[in-house]
Amino acid sequence: MKLGFSAADELFRQECADWLNGQMEGEFKDIRGITSLTDMPERRKEWEQQLAAHKWSCIGWPAKWGGRDATLAQQVIFAEEYARAGVPGRVNHIGIELAGPTILAFGTEEQKARFLPDIAAGKTIFCQGFSEPGAGSDLASVRTKGHLEGPEGAQEWVVNGQKIWTSLAHISDWIFVITRTEEGTVGPKGLSFLMMPIDQPGIEIRGIPQINGDAEFNETFLTDARCPADSLIGQPGEGWKIAMGLLAFERGVSTLGQQMSFRNELDEIIEAAKANGTAHDPLIRQRIAKAEIGLRLMRYGALRMLSQTDHSRIDGAALTYKIQWASWRRGLGELAMDVLGQAGEVNDREAYGWDTLPNLFLYSRADTIYGGTNQIQRNLIAERGLGLPREPRG
Amino acid sequence: MEFAFNEEQRMIAETASAFFTENATSERTRAAMAKDGIDHDLWTTFCQELGLSGIGIPEEAGGAGLGLVEMAIIAEAAGAQVAALPMLGSLVMCARAIAYGGTEQQKGELLPELLSGERIAAYVHDAALSADGDVLTAADGFVAHGASADVFVVTSNSGAWIVDSKADGVSVIAKTTMDQTRPYAHVTLNGAKGAPLADAITAISHAHRAAFVAIAAEALGGAQACLDRTVSYSKERVQFGRQIGSFQAYKHRLADMMIEIEQARSAVYWAACAADEESDEAELAMHAAKAFATDTYFRCAGDMIQLHGGIGFTWEHDAHLFFKRARATQTALGNNNWHRAKIADMILGAAA
Repeated sequence: MKLGFSAADELFRQECADWLNGQMEGEFKDIRGITSLTDMPERRKEWEQQLAAHKWSCIGWPAKWGGRDATLAQQVIFAEEYARAGVPGRVNHIGIELAGPTILAFGTEEQKARFLPDIAAGKTIFCQGFSEPGAGSDLASVRTKGHLEGPEGAQEWVVNGQKIWTSLAHISDWIFVITRTEEGTVGPKGLSFLMMPIDQPGIEIRGIPQINGDAEFNETFLTDARCPADSLIGQPGEGWKIAMGLLAFERGVSTLGQQMSFRNELDEIIEAAKANGTAHDPLIRQRIAKAEIGLRLMRYGALRMLSQTDHSRIDGAALTYKIQWASWRRGLGELAMDVLGQAGEVNDREAYGWDTLPNLFLYSRADTIYGGTNQIQRNLIAERGLGLPREPRG
Repeated sequence: MEFAFNEEQRMIAETASAFFTENATSERTRAAMAKDGIDHDLWTTFCQELGLSGIGIPEEAGGAGLGLVEMAIIAEAAGAQVAALPMLGSLVMCARAIAYGGTEQQKGELLPELLSGERIAAYVHDAALSADGDVLTAADGFVAHGASADVFVVTSNSGAWIVDSKADGVSVIAKTTMDQTRPYAHVTLNGAKGAPLADAITAISHAHRAAFVAIAAEALGGAQACLDRTVSYSKERVQFGRQIGSFQAYKHRLADMMIEIEQARSAVYWAACAADEESDEAELAMHAAKAFATDTYFRCAGDMIQLHGGIGFTWEHDAHLFFKRARATQTALGNNNWHRAKIADMILGAAA
């Protein structure tokens, strides 16, 4: 058991920090510190391309596809330095962390060549089309339908239905969807995984205004939406397997970067508490200490998860990670408001919108819902982690 | 960076867990509870046959070397059985204080017998201790296993002495204690003669740091045992024609226990590892581990009683052993508000 990084890794850390800070103090100064996922989308696409131009876009990928074959430790270090330098979140995180790894794991060589270089280069922004109005926690009940049309050799998938909570669809180029391609099937059987271009008459995107006034999520309407037959990942009917494989990537290295942005949020609360005197309140001190402990434990939980090599065992740290960080961050938003007091409930903006901490308070209510609600997480932990009987299914 | 057990650590964990599961049975622990709260045969076997008692004590002081990670592994395994042993006081605190701060003569005289279990030491702390030369006046109302001790390591915040429990001026009163597996004694020194350690500050610092990690590790083992036993019960017990573990209200409570325990596991081994590597985070980590793991233990032990229903409230069931130990770990060695206040001081500056 060893926590320290090697001297070579520490050198790599310095290299990452130097480059990232240089960018954030220079050409990309204007985007430094942005915490919303939707601010300045065009500049942030340029940032994706700048990362790619210097081979920092997806360092864990194979060099052949634009990565660096980086070790696990290097990926951890880059993710930490990225957030530490105040670099805003990746507008193409779904492409880099979900679509790319899915294509690497399940795609054909031809599909890898078609999609991966442009994802790595920041030219193709992806979004995820999983949830539907009738398929939220019960994701396998998707009703969107797809079928093949056209002559042999020039066939296309034609898809009809509606997706919802499509994060960043309005600035994306491609969407991956799971859709029912076998008539009469129910549940996880008969679903397929398709990559679809967004810029086509059959796809309409409508923003969903959220409780913080932002509109990061969308409704996506598919009306005879089309993609070539070879945009299918895996075989027809394998969509569920691929979607579940993809969700496992969500618990990867990116969590360490996410934690550094949590670090920035907690630091901002600490500064606010010092500035307004609540740092002297013993109850606030206890809560800040608890938040600090929770954040540190998240880091070491993630390092345990990443150090786990025996994948035949249920990894408790991985299984409990989502509910752990989501609940912690929701609590952090509440702590922020208790520190700010009523000053956190007003601002001088003309339009409805919020600075980091009040926005954290509002936005973090989504954390315990998306990607599997806390209730669903508890079911999964009880069933997979503790071997308890499964919920009855209708 | 490799935050997982290595091969040797995995073997120590297996050995320790098998040993305590087989030997620290409920029956034996209860027999010890009816006496002085120590299963003396188990302690002798642990010290003399298993070969793990010297872990965490430097080899040059006669120990087995290795570090707090390995020590935490053993404490976790013992905690999982609520073993009635003087491990925390005698080995983790006293032997360690002597090994790191004692004179060569003290090490030579005491350590072999403490590590073999032939003598038992208990840790006495009184911040208000007064010393006239090496003649001590002090009192500590909560000396763990104090009535079983042959010798005391007595500390103030800046001094440390060894005092024979039979020496003149020493009074020891055993207290009826809620947790009978680690009963307290009221120890009073009234002009008792102590032998000073060579380096009190180092001794105290090593004893306290190791104790925070060990009690957190013991709490982790206990909390995991509460969860495991409750999961087993929930699969056996049938009500309304179903296993009670199939009800969502029940499942979610067990899931919450697991979520806390996984964090406690990260906390314990982070603290142990940070201390072994002398990382800048070590101080914060030890306070975090002690507060988080012992709070987790109490929550899990309380839930164990609730989720067992009536049987969990009986003397016959072991749930109360865990529950009482859990409560004691929260208050021992500085309560958890104090540990969190230390962390707040580190990140916010000292309290006004």
